[in-house]
Amino acid sequence: METTRRRFLKTGLLAAALLAAGGGWYRHTHPAPAHGFALDGEARAALDAIVPAILAGTLPDAPADRTHALAATTDRVHQAILGLPLSAQQEVQDLFGLLAIGPARRLLTGLPDGWAGAREADVAAFLQAWRVHRLALLRTAYAALHDLVLGGWYSDPAHWDAIGYPGPIKELA
Amino acid sequence: MSNEAVIPDPIRAGLARGWKVIDGAQVDADRDLSADVVIVGSGAGGGVTAEILALSGLSVIVVEEGALKSSRDFKMREAEAYPALYQESAARKTRDKAINILQGRTVGGSTTVNWTSSFRTPPTTLAFWQQRFGLSTYGEADLAPWFELMEARLHVADWAGAPNENNDLLRRGAAKLGIPTGLIRRNVNGCWNLGYCGMGCPTNAKQSMLVTTIPSALDHGATLVTRARAERLVLNGDKADGIDCTLLDAAGLHPTGRRLRIRARHVVLAGGAINTPALLLRSKAPDPGGQLGKRTFLHPTLVSAALFPQRVDGYAGAPQTVYSDHFLHTQPIDGPLGFKLEAPPLHPVLLATTMQGFGEEHAAMMRQFPHIQGMLALLRDGFHAESQGGTVGLTNDGAPVLDYPLNDPVWDGARRALLTMAEIQFAAGATGVQVAHERAPRYASWTEAQKGIAALPFEPQLTRVVSAHVMGGCAMAGAGHDGVTGPDGRYRGLANVSVHDGSLFPTSIGANPQLSIYGITARLASDLAQALTGRPAARPQA
Repeated sequence: METTRRRFLKTGLLAAALLAAGGGWYRHTHPAPAHGFALDGEARAALDAIVPAILAGTLPDAPADRTHALAATTDRVHQAILGLPLSAQQEVQDLFGLLAIGPARRLLTGLPDGWAGAREADVAAFLQAWRVHRLALLRTAYAALHDLVLGGWYSDPAHWDAIGYPGPIKELA
Repeated sequence: MSNEAVIPDPIRAGLARGWKVIDGAQVDADRDLSADVVIVGSGAGGGVTAEILALSGLSVIVVEEGALKSSRDFKMREAEAYPALYQESAARKTRDKAINILQGRTVGGSTTVNWTSSFRTPPTTLAFWQQRFGLSTYGEADLAPWFELMEARLHVADWAGAPNENNDLLRRGAAKLGIPTGLIRRNVNGCWNLGYCGMGCPTNAKQSMLVTTIPSALDHGATLVTRARAERLVLNGDKADGIDCTLLDAAGLHPTGRRLRIRARHVVLAGGAINTPALLLRSKAPDPGGQLGKRTFLHPTLVSAALFPQRVDGYAGAPQTVYSDHFLHTQPIDGPLGFKLEAPPLHPVLLATTMQGFGEEHAAMMRQFPHIQGMLALLRDGFHAESQGGTVGLTNDGAPVLDYPLNDPVWDGARRALLTMAEIQFAAGATGVQVAHERAPRYASWTEAQKGIAALPFEPQLTRVVSAHVMGGCAMAGAGHDGVTGPDGRYRGLANVSVHDGSLFPTSIGANPQLSIYGITARLASDLAQALTGRPAARPQA
């Protein structure tokens, strides 16, 4: 599927320069937490917007169940990040730090307003654009989100029934 | 029920017998230790070496970055197994993140989490080593006794059970096309046929280093230090006085601030390819030819998932039992890249993260989970003039990073591999085939797949590439040939440092490498024991 080329992603070189500069600025102003990855504010809102777009098709319909499933998955994503080497935690931190900066968000994702109000379809559209983007940096950012969120979801025994996976032999598990 | 009620835990029993095991995370002061030999790494090479040296009467300290886990910890859950037992939570990647690498980090190394596939080094690979790298003592007949020794030690044998459907579909599809397959020998003893080898064997049936050579070495007085990262060799002229280690917290991420220095007459490096060359680079070991860390090989592996009308249940049963080497032999060994065909076990996280896409597209695939069959093609790198593998370097904080450019010969092999797998899967009766590539839709027929795969762009991150095999980086070579180690595993330029792991290999193996490492390091360790004691080395027995 060829994604509609969006103006925000045509500015490849500018985006790359901004990624580098923005990442550096963010790292300078937000020194890494002593105990690894931590998210707050807009960075947290970015993850909260990205998780449901990746999990579309798996989430329960009832609002309360959906909210609960999303919170549990976000927590598992967080735990997975905290298990990565510190340098990898820093890379993920930088990505979310960058996405928390308004101009960077607009340039890299095309989302005009803050993360809290982002429409799922728009989030899915930028993820799809990143997935096959000519900038390797965005492809790898997509791949990291893909693995973290889907890994977080399917590592949870609560989601095994839906895919017909019985789980390991009960006597030994 | 705790699984210890059903399965005795040999590690707990050994500790109760008085094994000398030091958990680095619990050490509250800097420490010094000494031994005849310090071995860095407890995987295939380190385990084999530790047992042979300890049986031969030498005092041995084994240093392992991972933790000591055992059957009672192995709960067959990906969420726990990957962070606890693998390098970088099973998400170790090449520098450009185009290849995901599965490598163990626990006592027993990758042998604790591998899928038990046991192949001797292919004779064609050995012949190439003899011709191109002057490894005249690496003939098939030279190594046969060492493979026999380790096969007996680790119960490597034909697998009596029938292949699970995931593997049998490879066999049946290939047969329809006239492609020969074989059955994989396994290092198991009393296997329950559960299918969770990759998360640590919960029944101790897999004859990994964790339940064989390491316990034997500990029973013969060896010391094991866990959660200790070998930082550098302590060099003194052309010798190493020992090694300096950083001790890590219980999670294995943060240094505790405590250090461990181990003095030894001889140092054996067995941290595996990537980690061993990185340790030598950090140590600024002599490398006049600039070859250290070069020619580090993966088997860049392509993946294809197919949908079948019947249940496949790819998570159940011995994970790898059928293979085909047909496409390793359809062209000259240094011609277009050949590949080995195998099937991977399918577990929810492994499948969900390996296969592309997100949202409804991905969810729809996962809903078919029990009907999905997985196939792997392992490219044989390091033989073609332009497929020279990758280079291990160091990040600013000294961590290893593998730069592994994927170039045209690799992509050519990747395309042929995906085509072959799709054809076999359709021949086996698949109703759809999805190759692991960001631009590939699900193909509904072989004709559609043939056209589609031929038109796919092959680029990093678009084509999903994985690897569970890491080799090279400290390549051995005979006299007059470039190599950082000699045929005896000795590091050139350091009189008392040896390398005993897959990083010795001057090319990829072209097969799952565990038995190559067992056999070759058994010989190296036996020669080393004799050199250090002046007596013939002891022979390990099951």
